[in-house]
Amino acid sequence: MQQIIFFFLRNKNFLLFALLFVVSFMLTVNSHSYHKSKMVTSANFFSGGIYAMKSSVTDYFDLKEQNSILTEENERLRNLITNMTSAPLDSVQVDSNYNFTAAMVINNNYSRSKNNLTINKGRNDSLAVDMGVVSSQGVVGIVNSISEKYATVQSLLNTNSQVVAKFKKSNHFGTLKWDAVAPNRVQLTEIPRIAPVAIGDTIVTDGKSTIFPPGIHIGTIQDFERNPNEDYYTINVQLFTDMTSVKHIYVISHRDAQEIKNLQDTIENAQ
Amino acid sequence: MRNNETLVQIVRFLTLVMAQVFILNQINFLGYINPYLYPLFILVFPLTGNKSLLILLSFVLGLTIDMFSDSGGVHAAACVFIAWIRPFVLKYSFGVSYELNTLKISTAPLSKQLVYIFSMVFFHHLVLFSMEIFNASHILLILKSTLFSGIFSVVLMVCTILLFSRKNQ
Repeated sequence: MQQIIFFFLRNKNFLLFALLFVVSFMLTVNSHSYHKSKMVTSANFFSGGIYAMKSSVTDYFDLKEQNSILTEENERLRNLITNMTSAPLDSVQVDSNYNFTAAMVINNNYSRSKNNLTINKGRNDSLAVDMGVVSSQGVVGIVNSISEKYATVQSLLNTNSQVVAKFKKSNHFGTLKWDAVAPNRVQLTEIPRIAPVAIGDTIVTDGKSTIFPPGIHIGTIQDFERNPNEDYYTINVQLFTDMTSVKHIYVISHRDAQEIKNLQDTIENAQ
Repeated sequence: MRNNETLVQIVRFLTLVMAQVFILNQINFLGYINPYLYPLFILVFPLTGNKSLLILLSFVLGLTIDMFSDSGGVHAAACVFIAWIRPFVLKYSFGVSYELNTLKISTAPLSKQLVYIFSMVFFHHLVLFSMEIFNASHILLILKSTLFSGIFSVVLMVCTILLFSRKNQ
């Protein structure tokens, strides 16, 4: 017994190190797996509050640029409205399943291999995990953890991200991933060889999942290649959203998201 | 005197975290190079201080940085690792004067200080980027990030030490 106690006393530094290292390792692994809620995130009240304070100062730095982005969006939406009112009104009310919540990015990073954004809306604004996030220019990411007043968004620029995307001109769809090289370029994989691919084609969201509505812009094809002995293209997509300066964003919630998810879960459990 | 030393450590801890989160994490030089200054806390921790306490404090330091940068536990792991290997690195870089407890880092020859800082930063960044990227096929990216961020971190640390070292020793 004494031997054991002596052993612990002699090696207490190593044992402490090993214990804490294993804890951090598990936190890391936990943060790498997509569907587990993270334990240490910047969405908590402490770091979220500090980031909100920081953002209240730094917001002024790129005010001009953000204003012009918003004005451009207003212009586009005004054009849409004018065209809509000139069309004959239908007596059937179109009821949208998607609801948009405006929010601000209070912390952004894009230089690591697993990037996250922190935004200033949370559970109190009826946000939830797995909601899609878009800017006025295109897709930004997916909400991955949430607190009362803040939420973190797994950016498209995260090697864990997998977003289903398709061509605007045809319905061939694939998965959008990131190779951690450039903050304005993501990779579209699993596009079958039969699909017509050309440089400059627009890539949009698919709308098969409840996260993003169909047809939200993602980017254009920069270049593509396919090995002769492979069946799938690897395509480089230039993003529409400038991920390095994204500020005003919209969180998209689907009204029946929970219902659809429950349904899919029951099928998976039955199998 | 002893309380004073504790206070200095606390202030250093908070200042380094703030500087890292608000200034250095926003640099993104050439897209991916960020210097990491906060390990300086572990580097200049009193040599006679409690080693277990240092390991615990490093864990808290790393976890704080992790919380702000949403990176799971990568900074905590890297910090705990260099806190644990610090005695070995000290022995290796300063030799016998460390073992005799007569060492003062600020009065040691510059070359030995540089060896110490370089080794600690290298191990910290290596663990950090291996854990963050977590993919053996990206080994080149890991080494590249370690090298470039490491150079920046070392330069910044040396500048900080020169700026804040007390002259009257």
